[in-house]
Amino acid sequence: MSKTYHLTAPLSEADVVQLKAGDIVYLTGVVYTARDAAHKKLVDLLDAGQPLPFDMKGAVIYFVGPTPPKPGDPIGSAGPTTSYRMDSYSPRLINEQGLKGMIGKGKRNQDVIDACVKSKAIYFGATGGAGALLARQIKSAEVIAYPELGPEAIRRLEVVDFPLTVINDTYGADLYKIGRAQYEVF
Amino acid sequence: MREIKYEEIVKSVKDMILYSATNLPKDAYTALENAYKTEKSEVCKQVLKQILENADIAKNEARPLCQDTGLAVFFVKVGEDLKVVGGSLKKAINEGTEQGYKEGYLRASTCHWDTRANLKDEVGYNLPAIIHFDIVEGDGLDIEYAAKGGGSENVSRATVFPPAKGRKGIIEYVKQVISDAGPNPCPPLTVGVGIGGTFEKAVISSKHALFRELGSKNPDPVLESMEEELMVLLNNLGIGAMGMGGTNTVLGVHIEKNPCHIASLPVSVNVQCHSSRHMHIKL
Repeated sequence: MSKTYHLTAPLSEADVVQLKAGDIVYLTGVVYTARDAAHKKLVDLLDAGQPLPFDMKGAVIYFVGPTPPKPGDPIGSAGPTTSYRMDSYSPRLINEQGLKGMIGKGKRNQDVIDACVKSKAIYFGATGGAGALLARQIKSAEVIAYPELGPEAIRRLEVVDFPLTVINDTYGADLYKIGRAQYEVF
Repeated sequence: MREIKYEEIVKSVKDMILYSATNLPKDAYTALENAYKTEKSEVCKQVLKQILENADIAKNEARPLCQDTGLAVFFVKVGEDLKVVGGSLKKAINEGTEQGYKEGYLRASTCHWDTRANLKDEVGYNLPAIIHFDIVEGDGLDIEYAAKGGGSENVSRATVFPPAKGRKGIIEYVKQVISDAGPNPCPPLTVGVGIGGTFEKAVISSKHALFRELGSKNPDPVLESMEEELMVLLNNLGIGAMGMGGTNTVLGVHIEKNPCHIASLPVSVNVQCHSSRHMHIKL
C-alpha cells in the first residue's frame, strides 16, 4: 500500500531508505535544475578534478528546462523532461558525489537503478506536461551556473510541497514495471 | 486572384501560437476527463487529476501548459488563386512563430544537431518552423499548427514492411512502438499512424493524423475498425497515465492511408503526449 511522506531537501539516507516505489512524496527545500548539457558539464568538471557549482551531497536534481519567466514570476512553466537522457551521467553523481534524489519522468536504465540501491538514492516521477501546476510549488529560482545554456542552465530552486511519486527506490523496485504488470491484459 | 496581406498571416500565426500554448483543445480536455472517470488505478487517477488541474491553471493564468513548448509544426494548404502581398508566405509563418514564442514567454528549443547550441540568435527565436506546404485548388489559406514536444516525438518510429505483413503486421508494429515507449512520452497518448505512400509520405501522414478531432470516427470503415482494435490493444498494455500502471494509455488512435508501391507497405507511428496543443484556422 502506498504511503505519503513530507520530506525536506537536501535528503539524508534515513529519508530515502524508508521510501518504496509507489509512495507519494511532497518535497520542500532546495532542488537544483540540470538537464542534458548541464550534466555533461558537471561530469567534465569531475573529469578535470574541479569542484562542482553546488554541493551534491544529499542533493536533489530536477531534470527540467523551464520556459522563460513572465515579469514578476520566479520561473515559467516547469514540468519534468524525459530522464533516460541523463542515464549515462547519474550513476557517477550518485555513487561518487552523494546525489540522493532525481526528479524526472520516464524509464531509467539498470545502471541508474543499481546506483540507487548501492548508494541509497531515489528516482522520483513528477507529472510530465503539468508545467503550470508544478511551477506554482516553486517559490524562488536563481541561475547559479551556465547561464549561456538558457533553459538548460543550472538553477537553485526553493520548492514547497512539490508533488512526487517514487518510481525507483533504494531496494531496486521500479513502479513502471510493478504498475504495468498490475494492469496489463494479455 | 484573391490577395491576402503578409501582416495578416503573421498576426494569425502569432495568435494561434499564443492561444495553443495555454489552452488545451476541448477534444483533448474531454478525452482526459473521460479517462479520469474510467481509470481503475488510483495512482493514475491522481495523475489525470493533476493534468486536468494543470490545464485549468494554464488557461486561467495564461501560463504555458508544458515547459516543452515544442517546435512549431505547420500543415498549410495554399489555394492556387491566392496571392500574398507584402512578403512571402513562408517568411510570414516564420515571423508569426517567432513573435508568438517571444511574446508568450515560450521556450526556444531549437538547437544545432551536433553542438546542441541553442539557435535563437542564429536563425531566430525557436526557428525555423517545420512547414509542410500543399497547393490546392481555390483561393483559401488553411493552416494547421501543432506545438510538438521532444518527449513524444522521440519515441515515434517508421518502417517499410513487405506487403505480406498486411494489417496484422501493422497492428503488431504499432503495439510494439507504444509498448517500448512505456512512460516516456507522457501518456495518455494520441497515436497517429500513417500507412502507405512512400517512406516519407507515411511519416508525414502519421503526424497529420494527430490533428483529427479526438473521438471522431475514421471515414474509411476498414481504418475505423483498425483504430478500434488498436485502442483496445494499446489500453490493454497497462501503461496508464505517466506510465504508472493503469487502464487509460491512449486517448485516440488516428490512421491516415495513402496508395503505395506494389512492392512496399510503409508504416509510421507518430506519438502525441496528453498535452496535445494544436489549432486549425482558415484565412
